[in-house]
Amino acid sequence: MQSLIWLAIALPLASAAVLLLAGRRADAWGHWVGVAASGAAFLVGFLALIEMLGKPAEERALDTTLYTFIPGSDLQVDVGLLADPLSITFVLLITFVGTLIHVYSVAYMEHDKDRRRFFAYLNLFVAAMLLLVLADSYLLLFVGWEGVGLASYLLIGFWNHKPEYATAANKAFVVNRIGDIGLIIAMGIMFTTFGALDFATVGQLVGNASTTTLTAIGLALLLAACGKSAQFPLQSWLGDAMAGPTPVSALIHAATMVTAGVYLIVRSAPIFNGAPDAQVVVAIVGAITLTLGALIGMAKDDIKKALAASTMSQIGYMMLAAGLGPIGYAFAIFHLVTHGFFKAGMFLGAGSVMHAMNDQVDMRRFGALKGAMVVTWVTFGLGWLAILGIPPFSGFWSKDKIIEAAFVGEGWQPWVFGLTALIGAGLTAFYMSRLFFMTFHGKARWTDEVHPHESPALMTVPMIILAVGSAFLGLFLAVGDRFSHFLEPVTGHVEHHEPVLPVPVIMAATLILVALGAVFAWLKYGRAEVEEVAPAGSLATITARNDFFQDSVNRAVFQRPGQHVTRTLVYADAAIVDGAVNKQARGWASIGEASRKVQNGQVRSYAATMLVGLVIVVAVIVVGGL
Amino acid sequence: MNFVTPTIDWAALTPIIIVLGAASVGILIEAFVKSPVTRRTVQLGLAVVSLAAALGVVIAQWATLEGAGTVAMAGMLTVDRQALAWMSILLVFGILAMLLFASRDGGGAFTELGASTPGSLEEKLARRAGLAVTEVYPLALFAVGGMMLFTCVTDLVFLFVALEVFSLPLYIMVALSRRRRYLSHEAALKYFLLGAFSSAIFIFGVALVYGATTVTNLDMIGRGVTMIADADPILLTGAVMVVVGLMFKIGAVPFHSWVPDAYQGAPTPLTAFMGAATKAAATAALVRVMFVAFAPLEWELSWLIWAVAIASMLLGTVVALVQTDIKRMLAYSAVAHAGFILVAFAGLEGEALTALPFYLLAYGLGTIGAFAVVSQVRERAEDGGVGAEAVRLGQWAGLGKRSPLLAGSMALFLLSFAGIPLTAGFIGKFEAFSAAVAGGAWVLVLIAVLASAVAAFFYVRLIVLMFFTDAPEGAEETIAIEDSALTRTVIYVTAAAILILGILPAGVLDLFADASVLLVNAG
Repeated sequence: MQSLIWLAIALPLASAAVLLLAGRRADAWGHWVGVAASGAAFLVGFLALIEMLGKPAEERALDTTLYTFIPGSDLQVDVGLLADPLSITFVLLITFVGTLIHVYSVAYMEHDKDRRRFFAYLNLFVAAMLLLVLADSYLLLFVGWEGVGLASYLLIGFWNHKPEYATAANKAFVVNRIGDIGLIIAMGIMFTTFGALDFATVGQLVGNASTTTLTAIGLALLLAACGKSAQFPLQSWLGDAMAGPTPVSALIHAATMVTAGVYLIVRSAPIFNGAPDAQVVVAIVGAITLTLGALIGMAKDDIKKALAASTMSQIGYMMLAAGLGPIGYAFAIFHLVTHGFFKAGMFLGAGSVMHAMNDQVDMRRFGALKGAMVVTWVTFGLGWLAILGIPPFSGFWSKDKIIEAAFVGEGWQPWVFGLTALIGAGLTAFYMSRLFFMTFHGKARWTDEVHPHESPALMTVPMIILAVGSAFLGLFLAVGDRFSHFLEPVTGHVEHHEPVLPVPVIMAATLILVALGAVFAWLKYGRAEVEEVAPAGSLATITARNDFFQDSVNRAVFQRPGQHVTRTLVYADAAIVDGAVNKQARGWASIGEASRKVQNGQVRSYAATMLVGLVIVVAVIVVGGL
Repeated sequence: MNFVTPTIDWAALTPIIIVLGAASVGILIEAFVKSPVTRRTVQLGLAVVSLAAALGVVIAQWATLEGAGTVAMAGMLTVDRQALAWMSILLVFGILAMLLFASRDGGGAFTELGASTPGSLEEKLARRAGLAVTEVYPLALFAVGGMMLFTCVTDLVFLFVALEVFSLPLYIMVALSRRRRYLSHEAALKYFLLGAFSSAIFIFGVALVYGATTVTNLDMIGRGVTMIADADPILLTGAVMVVVGLMFKIGAVPFHSWVPDAYQGAPTPLTAFMGAATKAAATAALVRVMFVAFAPLEWELSWLIWAVAIASMLLGTVVALVQTDIKRMLAYSAVAHAGFILVAFAGLEGEALTALPFYLLAYGLGTIGAFAVVSQVRERAEDGGVGAEAVRLGQWAGLGKRSPLLAGSMALFLLSFAGIPLTAGFIGKFEAFSAAVAGGAWVLVLIAVLASAVAAFFYVRLIVLMFFTDAPEGAEETIAIEDSALTRTVIYVTAAAILILGILPAGVLDLFADASVLLVNAG
C-alpha cells in the first residue's frame, strides 16, 4: 500500500471535484461522500503503516516517482511521493483526526444550506495537506502548501456574507503570502546551489554548501514556517481565522495545517543541522511565540480565540523543540501528534458548547455547563488535563520531553530556552484552567434565551474518540520511546544528553508550576464570581487582550509606511511610470488602431500587403544576401 | 524519357483512402437519401466512423511501423512516425469538429440552402421545409483527407495538389453560415481570392525551385541544394515563395489578412475546425519542407523565419488588444500563435519535431474548445428564439455566474493560449521555445516571452469580464446560453484534455519524441 499512497491524495481530491461539480444535485448525499473519501484516505495511510512496520527500520522510506513533468529538459521536475515514518505519521494524524471532524461536521453544519460546499473544501484541504506532507521535493511540497492556504482561505471565509469574516480570510491569506515568499526564496537558493529541489538530492549535497548559504536557506524556510504556523512575527492572522466554522478551526487551525511549519523545519533537518545560527533563531522564535501565545490566552474571553492563542503557544513549543536540532525533532513531532488530538478535541468541545449556547463565544456568559453537557464536559476535561501535562495524560509525555530537551546545551541557551519552556507550562496551566472553569464550572451566567443541551451523537462520538486519544495516546507512544525510534530513520539517531538540571528536578518544577497555575485559576475563576462584563483590566491585561497590539504594530510598522510608500509610489507611478506606460499603451493602442486600419476589408489591399511583404522578403534575402 | 509505372503501397495509404473514400460515399448519400433528417444522421455517422476508423489504422500503423517508415508512390509520399503523429492529431480534430457541425442549437450553424439569396423567399421556404446543407460532412472529410496527405507528401507538385484538395472545401464551407450570411459570403470570397493568390505564389516558387534544381522531390532538392553554389537567386526566391505559400496557411504576418475576416465570417464550428486543423496541417508541411528540402538554406531562410515570427507575434498581440469582437480577438490570437509556432523553427533543431506536434495539439484543442464555447453564447432573436452568436466582449460580462462550467472551460482555454502552467499551452510554449533556444535563437525567444506576457492581458481581460464583472441589466433576456449536448461534450472533452496534457504531458511528449525523426528517401 506504500506505493499506492497517492490514492490517499487522489480520493479526497476526486471527492472535492465531484462535490463542487455536481452542485446542488449532491446536497442530499454530498457530505457522506466527503466523509467516505476522508475515511478511505485514512485506510490507505493505515495499510501503508502496517506495510512499513513490517520492514526493517532503514528500509521503511519509499520514494515513488509518479511521473516526470517535462522529460528531457533542464527543468527536470519529477512528481514523486515520499512515504517514510515522518510523512506517514502526518498522513495518519491528518486523516484520522480529519475523518472524525468530517463526521462531526455532518451534524454541526446540518442547518447550513451550503454544507456540500463545506465538505468539498474540507476534502480539498485534506488532499492538499496530504500532498504537502507526502511530497518528495520542495516544489511539490509548495503545491500542497499553497493548496492548504487556498482551502484555509475558503473555509475561514466560508460565511463570507459577514464582511469581517471575509476580511479575516483575506488577512490570513495575505499574511501567509509573506511566508510563501520565504519558501520561494529558499527554493531559489536551493536550486542555484544544489541544482535540485528534491529532499534526497538536497540532503546529499548539503555538505557542499557553505554555512552562510545554509543559514540563508534556513532563515527563508523559517519565514515560511512562521507564516503557516502563526509564529512570531507572523502570528496575527490565527486569532481572526477563528471566523471559520469551528470544525475548520479544529482541523486546520489547530491539528494539522498550522503545524506544517514544524513539519517543514523537521523535514529540512539536513539544512538546519548545517546551520546552527538558523537553528538558534528557530528556537528563539519558538520561545517568543510560546510566551506570547500564553499571555494572550490569559486575557481572551472569546473561547475560540483563547484556544487559538493556546494553539499558537503550543506550536511555539514545537518550534522550540525543532530549533534544538536532532535532539528535539522527534519530540516536536511527538508533541505535534498529541496536540493534534487534544486540541482538536477541545475545539470540537468548544463547538459543542457554542452549539448549545446559540453560537455565543463569550466565556463570561458561560459557566456551570458541566451539568447540562456531561459528555462535552468530560471530553473537554480530558483534553484540558492533557494540555496541562498532568501525568499520565498525553501532553505530559510530549511536553515534558521538550522541556527536558530545552535544558540541554551549553552557555546561555539551556537556561533561557529551558526556563521559558518551564514557565510557559505554568502559564498554560493557568489560562487553560481559566478557560475550563469559566466555561464548565462556577455559576451560570447565561443570557436569558439560551437553554444548553448536549449535542447529538454525531458530534459527541468524535469528541469521545479524540478524548480517548488525548488521554492515552501519549503513554502508548512514549512506552520504550517507541515513537522516537519509529522516527529515527528521518530525524537521526541521538546520543543521550544530560540537561543542565537533573531530570527529576525539572519534572517536579514543571508539575509544581502547573499545579500552581491551575489552583490560581480555580481560585479566581472557579470559586470566585466571574463578572459578566470584562473588567477594564490593567495595562498588561489590555495589552494581552489586544494581541500585544500586533495589529496596531503591523499597521504602524508595515501598513502605514507601506501605505505611504504605496501612495508615493502610486503618485510616482501615475505621474512617471503610468505616464510612460499610458503613452506607450496609447502608442500600442494607436499602433493597434493603425494596424486595424490596414485591415480595411478591401481584399485588394490584403493582397497588396502580401505582395509587398513577399517582395521585401525576397529583396532582403536574395538581393541583400548577394 | 521513359516512365515507369510506380508501385503504389496501398497499405501505407489506408487511412487517407478511408477518409477520402468516405467523403466520396458522402456525396452519393447527398444524391440518394431524400429526408434531410436521415441524411444528417447518416452523414454524421459515416464521417465520425470513417475518421475513427482512420485513426485506428494510423495507430495500428504506428505500432507496426518497421524501421523509420515507408516510402510510397515512387518517393512522393513518406509515411513515417512524424506523419502518423500529425495525421492522428488531424483526425482527432476532425472527429471533434464533426460533433460541432452536427450540433443543432438555434437550428444549427450552417445555412439551409447555400445557393439562396439571404433574406429571400427561397431561403424562407427552405427553412420551412427543414432543409439542411449536409454537404458539409463530405466536404469536411475531403478537407481532412487533403490535410492528411499534406503531412506526408514529399514532392512539391503533389504538395500543391494536397493544398488545393483541403483548401477548396474550406472556401465553400466558409460561405455556408446560417446567420449573418452576407458576412459569411464576403469572408468566403476573400478567403478564396487570397488563397488563390497564395497558391499562385506557392506554385511559382515550386517552378523556380524546379528550375534551379531540376527536381521536385523534397529529398532530392535537399541534396541538390547542397551542390548548388551558395545563394543562387533563383533557388532562394523559389524557396522563399514556397515557404511564404505555407506561411499563408499558417496565418503569419504579413500573409495573415484573411484570418480575421474568415474566422469572423465562417460558421463558428467551421472556424473551430479551420483554426485548429489548417494550422496543424500547414505546420506539418512546413516542417517537412524546411527540414528536408531547405535545411541547407537554413541560414538564408532564418531571416525570413525571424522577421515573420516577430511580426506575427507583435502584430497579432497588439491588434488583439483593441478587438471588441471575440471571434476576431481569437483570430488575432491565432496570428500571434503563428508567430510562436515559427519561433520553434529557428535553428531547425531536432527538438522542434517533438515540440511542434505538441504545440499544435494543445493549440488546436484549445481553439476547438474556445470556438465551441463561442457557439453557445447567443443573442436572443426578436421572436424570442435563439439568434446569432453574441460576439461583442461586453455581452460576455457575468457569464461565470450564469454558466460556471461554460465560463470555466473558456477560462481554461484562454489560460492555455496564454501559456499558464498546468495547461497544455504552457508545455507547448515551453517545448517550442526550448527548441529555439537549442538553436541559439534566444533573442527571438525573449521577444516571444515578452509577446506572451502582453498577450496574457487580453486573454485575462475576457476572464475578468466573465467572472468579475456583473452582467448588465436584462442580460437574461438578451443573451441566451445554449445547451447542446454535442457541443458541450466537445467543450468538456477538450477542457479535460488541456488539463491532462498540462499536468501529465510526459506520455504524449514521449510519443512525439519517438516521432522526431523524419524519414529521408534513400532513393
